[in-house]
Amino acid sequence: MKILVPVKQIGVVDEDFELRGDGKDVDPDFLNFEANEWDDYSYEAALQIMEAADGVEVVPVTVGPDDAEDVLRRCLAKGGERGIRVWDDALEDASPAAIVQVLAKVVEKEQPDMVFTGTLSSDRSYAQTGVGLAAALGWPHAAVITGIEWKPGDPKATLLRELEGGLVEQLSVNCPVVLTIQLGINTPRYASLRGVKQAKEKPVEDLSLADLGLSGDDLAAAGGSFRVRRMYKPETGQAELIEGTPAEQAARLVEIINELKGAA
Amino acid sequence: MGEILVVAEHRQGQLNPATLETIAAAVNLKGGSDRKIAVAVLAENPDDFVGQVGKAGVDEIVKVPVGVASFQSDTYEAAVLALAEARKPSVIMLPHTVDTWGYAPAVAVRGGFGCATDVFEAKYDGDELVAVRAAYAEKLHMEVDFPGKDTVVLTVRTNVFKPSEDDASPSVSDFAAPPAEARTTHMKFIEPEQTGDVDITQAEYMLSIGRGVGEEDNVEEFKELADTLGFTLGCSRPIADNGWLPKSRQVGQSGKTVAKCKVYVALGISGSVQHMAGMKHVPNIIAVNKDAEASIFTIARYGIVGDMFEIAEELREQM
Ligand SMILES: Cc1cc2nc3c(=O)[nH]c(=O)nc-3n(C[C@H](O)[C@H](O)[C@H](O)COP(=O)(O)OP(=O)(O)OC[C@H]3O[C@@H](n4cnc5c(N)ncnc54)[C@H](O)[C@@H]3O)c2cc1C
Repeated sequence: MKILVPVKQIGVVDEDFELRGDGKDVDPDFLNFEANEWDDYSYEAALQIMEAADGVEVVPVTVGPDDAEDVLRRCLAKGGERGIRVWDDALEDASPAAIVQVLAKVVEKEQPDMVFTGTLSSDRSYAQTGVGLAAALGWPHAAVITGIEWKPGDPKATLLRELEGGLVEQLSVNCPVVLTIQLGINTPRYASLRGVKQAKEKPVEDLSLADLGLSGDDLAAAGGSFRVRRMYKPETGQAELIEGTPAEQAARLVEIINELKGAA
Repeated sequence: MGEILVVAEHRQGQLNPATLETIAAAVNLKGGSDRKIAVAVLAENPDDFVGQVGKAGVDEIVKVPVGVASFQSDTYEAAVLALAEARKPSVIMLPHTVDTWGYAPAVAVRGGFGCATDVFEAKYDGDELVAVRAAYAEKLHMEVDFPGKDTVVLTVRTNVFKPSEDDASPSVSDFAAPPAEARTTHMKFIEPEQTGDVDITQAEYMLSIGRGVGEEDNVEEFKELADTLGFTLGCSRPIADNGWLPKSRQVGQSGKTVAKCKVYVALGISGSVQHMAGMKHVPNIIAVNKDAEASIFTIARYGIVGDMFEIAEELREQM
């Protein structure tokens, strides 16, 4: 019994940043690389199932360059015995359609019983990977999940799906299934120092596209979800900036609040 | 020239108003062209909604009876794929909502279609469809196109396009969706708990705190500050997820919309699209954030680039 958890290293832009020479992304020198927040929750959800039953394996997988290994180690520091990293230069700037193809091959190879992805990754916020992966596999799927009732062997899982405005849907789903996990489903644990140390020794399998029976041409032939034409800084808003020392700023704020309250 | 096909959304018997916004986005995309706009209504009884989606610009309403009363991903995927196969639309437009997160990417993968989510601008550059969406916490916009794709799925950001007030009399047709094996089963809806706490949807003056508050122990001083100012305390999602404030205080897509709010002070909130969904409409937004590039400043009327603790301390002293 195995749960595969796709995780991702995301770029967060610095306060000051410049675009890459081709204008299609931020210059990586101005990005800080972090683990995607949603993946803490999906990984925790998998670990909780692992700890509640015998014989469950949790395997984190990432599609990313060398230093993306950090996000796997970060997971392994909390639990799990091995990770998988897929990379090929052809995956640079890959759109969700390509990532979905790659992950589908990893699923074929690993034969997990469940796949938990994050609901979205906060760099590009496409929210396409999990549900797209399920479609590529022909698996059932459910998105934005805030509750999972399931133990190994159960043919169905009972889920909570978070809707708009605080409404929640309870539904059941046939397994195997791909779930996209939402913030707040659990309280992700922190890794212990011992865990961090042990994680350094745990094996991470590096796979190329060829190892998965894919080529850059295959991905290109299928076409991307889209092609980026350009990125640009949006026009800044009309906000009137309140300058000065904190004392002056607060004084002006009090004035504004009183004016607005008086006018109302 | 393929049509623009909009898929209507509804829940618990109510049309999601985002459907009308998506129709407005389709009308906008059509521009001066003679592209047709069709609206597909997938429902147990499509007639329940037909009267509501015949807005100006809509040429045809397609009734698609499906055997489920509420959203079911396999059923919706099969119906939209069959519609795409039969009608060969250039663009399939859906509102960007939790339901479409649950099936739009699957439609795109199964159909081999182009796909862009959370789009707030769509236009034709010659024959080329171009869509614009945000990236990196709203700090950048990205313009994308879809080379080689005859059909493109776009999910449209809510609260951007203004629904038309004008009704039209589109033709109405029927479409039989193929049967689909439903692999998820709706059990029930669970309404949000009505806690005894305040109802922020009625508040006129709000002070909301976000992740910038740092830790639970710091929440108290902002509670006191809100009281001193006579404001109602609200928060962004991480604060509620951490249990530092009750969920009923959360503003945003999965929380509450502060419908009556006149003044909204946002402290240490970055301005994610999901947070803004609940407060973007407020006429007087005052943002305090130490990051001058935070997207909250793009919708604020007044902004302070600074530390929320320093400002709060000064406010306390001066009140
Ligand atoms: C389906 C879905 C539904 C969601 N629903 C909601 C929702 O209803 N409501 C909601 O809020 N979110 C919602 N989210 C989450 C949303 O995507 C963001 O993660 C969240 O809004 C971020 O909250 P934040 O702005 O407080 O935190 P961050 O984005 O982490 O921002 C913190 C900000 O505080 C600033 N800051 C830090 N320290 C200080 C300081 N000392 N002084 C001043 N500024 C400081 C930082 O510069 C930063 O801009 C939802 C997400 C999904 C996927």
